[in-house]
Amino acid sequence: MIEAQQLVKVFHDKKRGEIRAVDGISFVCKPGQIYGLLGANGAGKTTTLRMLATILEPTDGTAKVAGYDVVTDSDKVRANVGFLSTATALYGRLTAQEMVEYFGRLYGLNDDELKKRIDRIFSRLEMDEFRDRRCDKLSTGMKQKVSIARTLVHDPPVMIFDEPTLGLDVMTARTIVGFIRECRANGKTVIFSTHVMSEVEKLCDTIGIVDSGRILAEGSLAELRDRYRQQELEEIFVQVVEGHR
Amino acid sequence: MSLRNIGIVYRKELTDSLRDRRTLISMIVVPIVLMPLMSIGIGAISTMIIGKASQEVARVMILGGDDSPKLMAQLRTVKNTRIVPPHANYAELITNKEIRAAVEIPPGFDDALVLGQNATVKIYEYEGELRSQFAANRLQQFFRDLRDKTVQDRLEAQKLPANLIKPFDISKENVAPPEKVTGNLVGGLVPYFIILLSLTGAMYPAMDLTAGEKERGTIETILCSPVSRTHLVLGKFLMVLTASVCTAILSMLSMSGTFVFAKRAMSSMGPGKGEGFAQLSINPKAVAAVFLMVIPLAVLFSAALFAIALFAKSYKEAQSYISPLMIVVILPAIAAILPGVELNAKLALVPILNTSLVSKEIITGTYHWNYIFMIFASSTLYAAAALYVAVNLFKREDVLFRS
Repeated sequence: MIEAQQLVKVFHDKKRGEIRAVDGISFVCKPGQIYGLLGANGAGKTTTLRMLATILEPTDGTAKVAGYDVVTDSDKVRANVGFLSTATALYGRLTAQEMVEYFGRLYGLNDDELKKRIDRIFSRLEMDEFRDRRCDKLSTGMKQKVSIARTLVHDPPVMIFDEPTLGLDVMTARTIVGFIRECRANGKTVIFSTHVMSEVEKLCDTIGIVDSGRILAEGSLAELRDRYRQQELEEIFVQVVEGHR
Repeated sequence: MSLRNIGIVYRKELTDSLRDRRTLISMIVVPIVLMPLMSIGIGAISTMIIGKASQEVARVMILGGDDSPKLMAQLRTVKNTRIVPPHANYAELITNKEIRAAVEIPPGFDDALVLGQNATVKIYEYEGELRSQFAANRLQQFFRDLRDKTVQDRLEAQKLPANLIKPFDISKENVAPPEKVTGNLVGGLVPYFIILLSLTGAMYPAMDLTAGEKERGTIETILCSPVSRTHLVLGKFLMVLTASVCTAILSMLSMSGTFVFAKRAMSSMGPGKGEGFAQLSINPKAVAAVFLMVIPLAVLFSAALFAIALFAKSYKEAQSYISPLMIVVILPAIAAILPGVELNAKLALVPILNTSLVSKEIITGTYHWNYIFMIFASSTLYAAAALYVAVNLFKREDVLFRS
């Protein structure tokens, strides 16, 4: 479960002054559901997800992830979250197995449990062939699989995906989309940010349209179509964003 | 404080760094290979240059002396010297290295010697120029021998004993033990190299583990793991410290090896050659004590480099911040080598300079325990402050996500 209440994040820039990257975002994402944050670049999606993953601290507002407060219980939040984004790179000089082992150990898994989980995940994601290969020698698709294994190794109840398919080829992107669906099927709480309309249409149970750090419209795809009398999500998105500018 | 998490981070960083070519070069190759090569190589090259310069047949000009054929004939017999015709612009020729030296013979020199009159011979040289000095020294030696011979002849003519003008002899003898002599000669150099190498050893890992992580995009990956930022910094910092201490240990071992090798090589050269060096000696306990004094400094370097590199957005930016730090470290380390700079209570609080000075004393076998305690305590305090800054910087979003 993710519950965000009036989340605000303000950055201070010497040239531009105060920047309200997130300006009072509230939403709820339940287990077994995918919540999609849809917005243009700079809308505040990444900052919101970084606050939920406790990488950034909110300037104001609160959020609970898996029942823990992102500010007061940040360690517990991180222990219950799997965070994947195009910015979460791999350690190039570690092998695929060492990379996943490292994070497994940081999540507190003992050696026996870690070995079992790694064997299961590597087999499920067909990674055995390159488990001893250094990450900097892997193809983009292989790297994404290692990243997925890294987010799954501690079997977290909450998954946060920040534009996970950005810059990926079709086949690798399909692997990621399949993986997100599987997370929902396994009853995990999934939040997902993107600016790719087709991915939102395919995946999300609830969509939040974000612009200027605020959620301007929220609902299922069917609800949004009804409300804005448009079939295409792209048209709905443009109508919502332009209506608030 | 979870030692387990710090250990996990440390082990990962160690594995990662040992696979990084740049870290391996600065941590292992530079102290083990480069240092002995440099010291032996520079020694061999300078010996070769000096040897070659001393054997050169020098072009020398004689100004005047036309009325002193006896002296002129003797001058032509000076070894490794070729007399060139006199010219008025001898000074320019010496400066332009066309001739090495010139000697001015006063008028009537031969007659003056016979009559017992005083005469002044003037030698012109290019001060500081090796080959010119060798030539000038050869001429000076010739005239000294001639003067001695003249005095001896005059004494014999008067039937006077030779010791009339030499009533007693003066001799000098070293009473300081070899360790102290060695300490005085090279005592400043040993800590200088150890300090410098403990800095360079920490440089690459510090940049790689901070700015390097930002550049490669792994900082966000590690920040979303449950390890606390303090544990993360401590694990990373320990890796930087390991590199620094390893470099210092390896540099000490390689320097000791080079010293022993050079000493044996000099001893085997036979009597009369390299005896001075062969008698030099460094106490291994003193070297170990110097290493102990350098440890807090290595902690200070590691934490300071970590904090500075963390502030940078990229590896390149980190390099531009850290390069000037080399000068900040080299200056006080060099100051300790200068003669006359002695350890006192005020200098004992100046970081780097204090360690360099006390190490120089330790190498000579002098242990001022009050200063040693002050220096160890102050260096530890500075190191703790730098580590505190590094930990706090790692908690700042504007530093971690600087763009």
